[in-house]
Amino acid sequence: MKVTDKDVAYVAELANLELSNEERTGMLRDLNSILDYIDRLNELDTSDVPPMAQVSDRYGVDEAKQGSDRFSYASREDILEGLRKSLPHEEALANAPDADDEFFKVPKVIER
Amino acid sequence: MDLKSLTIDAARSAVQERKTTALALAEAHYARIQQEDGQIGAFLTLSKERALEQADRIDRMAAEGKTLPPLGGVPVGIKDVMSTRGVRTTAGSRILEKYIPPFDCTAVARMEAAGAVVLGKMNCDEFAMGSSNENSAYHPVRNPRDLSRVPGGSSGGSAAAVAADMAVVTLGSDTGGSIRQPASFCGVVGLMPTYGRVSRYGLIAFASSLDHIGPLAKTVKDAAIVLRTIAGRDPMDSTSADVPLPDFVAELGKPVHGMKLGVAKEYFGEGLDDEVRQAVESAIDKLKKLGCEIVQVSLPHTPYAIPTYYLIATAEASANLARYDGVRYSRRARGVKTLSEMYRRSRDEGFGAEVKRRIMLGTYALSAGYYDAYYLKAQKVRTLLTRDFDEAFRKVDAIVTPTSPTAAFRLGEKSNDPLAMYLADIYTVTADLAGIPGISVPCGETKDKLPIGLQILGKHFDEATILRVANAYEQAA
Repeated sequence: MKVTDKDVAYVAELANLELSNEERTGMLRDLNSILDYIDRLNELDTSDVPPMAQVSDRYGVDEAKQGSDRFSYASREDILEGLRKSLPHEEALANAPDADDEFFKVPKVIER
Repeated sequence: MDLKSLTIDAARSAVQERKTTALALAEAHYARIQQEDGQIGAFLTLSKERALEQADRIDRMAAEGKTLPPLGGVPVGIKDVMSTRGVRTTAGSRILEKYIPPFDCTAVARMEAAGAVVLGKMNCDEFAMGSSNENSAYHPVRNPRDLSRVPGGSSGGSAAAVAADMAVVTLGSDTGGSIRQPASFCGVVGLMPTYGRVSRYGLIAFASSLDHIGPLAKTVKDAAIVLRTIAGRDPMDSTSADVPLPDFVAELGKPVHGMKLGVAKEYFGEGLDDEVRQAVESAIDKLKKLGCEIVQVSLPHTPYAIPTYYLIATAEASANLARYDGVRYSRRARGVKTLSEMYRRSRDEGFGAEVKRRIMLGTYALSAGYYDAYYLKAQKVRTLLTRDFDEAFRKVDAIVTPTSPTAAFRLGEKSNDPLAMYLADIYTVTADLAGIPGISVPCGETKDKLPIGLQILGKHFDEATILRVANAYEQAA
């Protein structure tokens, strides 16, 4: 088994999930079964293969450019008002579970 | 009103020529939804007010004798992963059950600017994660051809609505096959455009490097009309490509004679249902009779596509879904005392089992110590899968395959085995990884009268060719 109970607890913490005991047991089983299947990727020698993060890298880019310069075609100057006007406060807060007229409200961050 | 044969052009010209009104068309579809959707479950939200307002605008244009835009008065449905201003958008998830977006998805805005009447939002697997629509947090969708079977997923509602004549066309999204596979299961046309062809602005993100918006339609021509409407550079999405836009509709009529179509043995191996194989082989025969040359090609890395996909898609999803934290627009758990408890409990309550599973897998694949072995490895294999297509497309104009290894399966059949469910996407995921376009077009039925789909894959930004082949096949079939 690749993934242990401890791993599930650790990854759940990273992912900001709590998971019930029942869910953790199911997760342990499913992750191990999926990762076993995924192992077949190791049949391939990829030592000389570059990684592909996105498709956009394959068109419209100037091959001579490096790093983020390759995607300069996709950037634009900042516009003060944005491409559309910023949302009014009221609209931006309308979907929040808790807000006052100005801010999103959350439970206390600092405990004393 | 006969809704079955109502295509985009038929609907638009009936409104233009005042044989009917956009209002009457919308109401006929709402009546059909009222009658049918209780047992199918394709819609999550109806946007009646918005639809009738738009219908009225179109009817006034027609009354004034103005030429209607290409989708003038056409009733459409939008998968519930696309933001609609003022209309609830859930992504099929509890965590967004009350979310009312303050803006429109570009594709939706373009549909409406072209005159489309948005009837409502289509059911789907939660955050588009699934192949059967059983992962919707609200209710499953049933296949209109056989209510004991799934419509496919994740755009199951979008496919079922078109199949049951509850909308003329719908928009879906495809990250691993989510347009093409349900189209195949429900017997409709489904088109995934090239990555970058259609703006993703306003599409609720699942896996950003793999997400595509595209149409589900009754005919290939309708799919082409919708593509022409929603395609093109959008300054709101930096990955939307600034490339020439052919007239996809005009290109449809060009002959397919002499075209080279690739057939790859990797798409006809173990796991392919016999009836599906026979239907696809006879479709290929038909294309041969239409003058296409069939050429054997090899896509040797195909068996590695599913593991690659499930690492990359889940890694991206784990990052994209971090935003659902119970603060700005997602549901918050009650009675929480601290910020971190609020995050965890809101997400625990708001996400369904499959979404949690994918967040966990993706987080694991990105975590320290496993990044190189999993995520980076998958990115490298993605290069190999893409090179397979590059190589094949040096020899052929398009590649024909089955869309799915089987016809629609039964509800509950695979829902307890995530891996078996993932394998339903075996013929569709590779195109998403490579960013090439693909279309599924109906090619017959099993003896149980379940639809079968023929998939046609094309070169980057060459939707015109696959639409042409699909159209020629559809016309001849």
